[in-house]
Amino acid sequence: MTPATRTFRENARTALGDAKLAKALGGLPTGLVAQRAAAKARVPEFETLRTAARDIRDHTLSNLDVYLSAFADKAEAAGARIHWAADAVEARTVIAHIALKNGARLVAKGKSMISEEIALNAYLESLGLEVFESDLGEYLVQIRNETPSHIIVPAIHLSRDDVEADFRRHHAHLVPDRDLSTAEALVAEARAVLRERFLAADIGITGANFLVAETGSAILVTNEGNGDLSAHLPKTHIVLASIDKIVPTLADAATLLRVLARSATGQDMTAYTSLLTGPRLQADPDGPGECHIVILDNGRSEMLRSGLGEALRCIRCGACLNHCPVYNAIGGHAYGWVYAGPIGAVLTPAFLGVDQASDLPSASSFCGKCEEVCPVRIPLTSLMRTWRERSRATSGSALQRMALAAWSFTARRPRLYHAATRLGIAMLSALGRPRGVFRRLPFARGWTASRDFPAPQGRTFQQHWAERERGVPR
Amino acid sequence: MQPRVGLFVTCLVDLMRPSIGFAAARLIEDAGCAVTVPTGQTCCGQPAYNAGDRKTARELALQTIRAFGDCDFVVAPSGSCAAMLRLHYPALFKGQGETELEAKAFAERVHELTDFLANVRRKTETSARFVGRVVHHDACAGLRELGIKNAPRRLLSSVAGLELVEAPETTACCGFGGLFSVKYPEVSTAIADRRIADLTSTAPDLVTAGDLGCLMHLAGRLHRTGNPLPCRHVAEVLAGEMAAPPIAGRAGDTAP
Repeated sequence: MTPATRTFRENARTALGDAKLAKALGGLPTGLVAQRAAAKARVPEFETLRTAARDIRDHTLSNLDVYLSAFADKAEAAGARIHWAADAVEARTVIAHIALKNGARLVAKGKSMISEEIALNAYLESLGLEVFESDLGEYLVQIRNETPSHIIVPAIHLSRDDVEADFRRHHAHLVPDRDLSTAEALVAEARAVLRERFLAADIGITGANFLVAETGSAILVTNEGNGDLSAHLPKTHIVLASIDKIVPTLADAATLLRVLARSATGQDMTAYTSLLTGPRLQADPDGPGECHIVILDNGRSEMLRSGLGEALRCIRCGACLNHCPVYNAIGGHAYGWVYAGPIGAVLTPAFLGVDQASDLPSASSFCGKCEEVCPVRIPLTSLMRTWRERSRATSGSALQRMALAAWSFTARRPRLYHAATRLGIAMLSALGRPRGVFRRLPFARGWTASRDFPAPQGRTFQQHWAERERGVPR
Repeated sequence: MQPRVGLFVTCLVDLMRPSIGFAAARLIEDAGCAVTVPTGQTCCGQPAYNAGDRKTARELALQTIRAFGDCDFVVAPSGSCAAMLRLHYPALFKGQGETELEAKAFAERVHELTDFLANVRRKTETSARFVGRVVHHDACAGLRELGIKNAPRRLLSSVAGLELVEAPETTACCGFGGLFSVKYPEVSTAIADRRIADLTSTAPDLVTAGDLGCLMHLAGRLHRTGNPLPCRHVAEVLAGEMAAPPIAGRAGDTAP
């Protein structure tokens, strides 16, 4: 997708004016947020688990070379083929090559944010392949020509009415006056339509939640079983995963799974947790004839090198989005690229370049809720601050940068600061006190466009205090 | 001998609302301490730090650390500034030998006001009086970085006539976020509106918080939308320093 990160401010304004979006996002506090809280409350050791999960991720990321090659050995021994892809182009090319070599025409897709990251669908379609998303939310955004607005709930921005209208438009071959008035009816229709496509698909492409070095398995968690159908029904299965998905052992994966679903949807476990190890063996009743695993770097090694490695702990639960006041206000599309919310604000500048996305790490009140809920304790505000440091020279308006520079000059000189503020505050107070507030202030429109600015009381505290020390009554 | 407490006034209180500074000083004195206000202090440096300017942040950190060199404690009427002094100053000098040690030694002496009163001085009774329902907004840095939740509530509960009520979304951000509030005003205001709806659902007579930034933002939005609900810093209520009009109030508007 073409990034729209540079127009973040306009995107956000548009999103704030969208009443339908507000209504859709309004379900978060009583939905995913409340569900996570309830799931956490059922596990007294949840905070300890978060620490254990973090430690597993940090250990793995510090020894990535070891575990990646161990995984590759095990997976190859199980009959899978490993393809290393340095960037999006290499990943797309190798996947397309496998598809074309097998004479594929129809591709079943499991949900994969990395496929969004490398814009895989558009590329395969440009080669004449037909691709269908099989996760219901992904299917919805696909038939609308949209992109996911949430890591785990891609169609969170849509209402039931939207879905009904889209199905009537897109499933034109079905009886026009069928009843689609309930969520159950919509799900049943999607299941029926998708089931036929699954049976016809030549290739299945899925992501992976984890790659287990101990066994060479890809672990896939879903609630719809669509990942399993994508992996097992077509003759060829391609796993697309990034280097950070590695975990050392099945026991480590179990620890991470204990925090993943609880943080994401508030489930103790997802409905399906599948371990996919190589292609079908002779004794197996089913499974793909070929299994390929594409392991993508796409800038992640550079993130590890450049002090942003903690972001690679992420297990894509979406909790930071659900709890973020900014995400709750503007939704995912306003962020302008694949990853939204606090984790998107940290990842996107790494993928696109900070000059393309400096608003994202800047547009945070640093309330810290994201860090409080992150199952792997990613220091999201510190990482956003790191991006702010790297984009300081170009971020914000020239006026804002000048004001900050002037303030910084003065604040480092206490005598000058106290003298200057005494004067400034006396003036501001004289102007503002009759009304108590300013409805408009030159150079402060950012504040006064939507808020009154309280007038200062008069003199500075330092002035008053100095007088008190000299015995002057206040 | 009384402990010597350096009042870190915070730049907002110094410039905008000295009455909070006096309220804080009174409360610290009533807790058996001597208050000093070093003139070498200006701002904690957080605006620079969060704007990505570590150099200025470091210089302001050193300036602050040295200004309070002779104090047993450093107390700030702001969880946000206290967190900057307590957590981020040592982080700013990480790996810098003696300066890091100096920042750490300083950080250990720093407390947010209500935390200092309730947990260091073990003072949970006040002699103040306020008749009405009060909803307390937890500023994020104090709440999540310093874990300040019970201290202001215990102190407020001791105020005669005061009924403390809890908002449903008790840990929600108000949307202020320092420079965020002017860089992304529409988003900041949308978050404020949600917070205000939550706070006002408790039908309060007064909103309190421990940070003037959040309060100016909330009061400024309330005032703009014609909502007369007053806002005050928790120190004003605890010290009974209610002579000044509430934040965004007009001279003469003293109630409550």
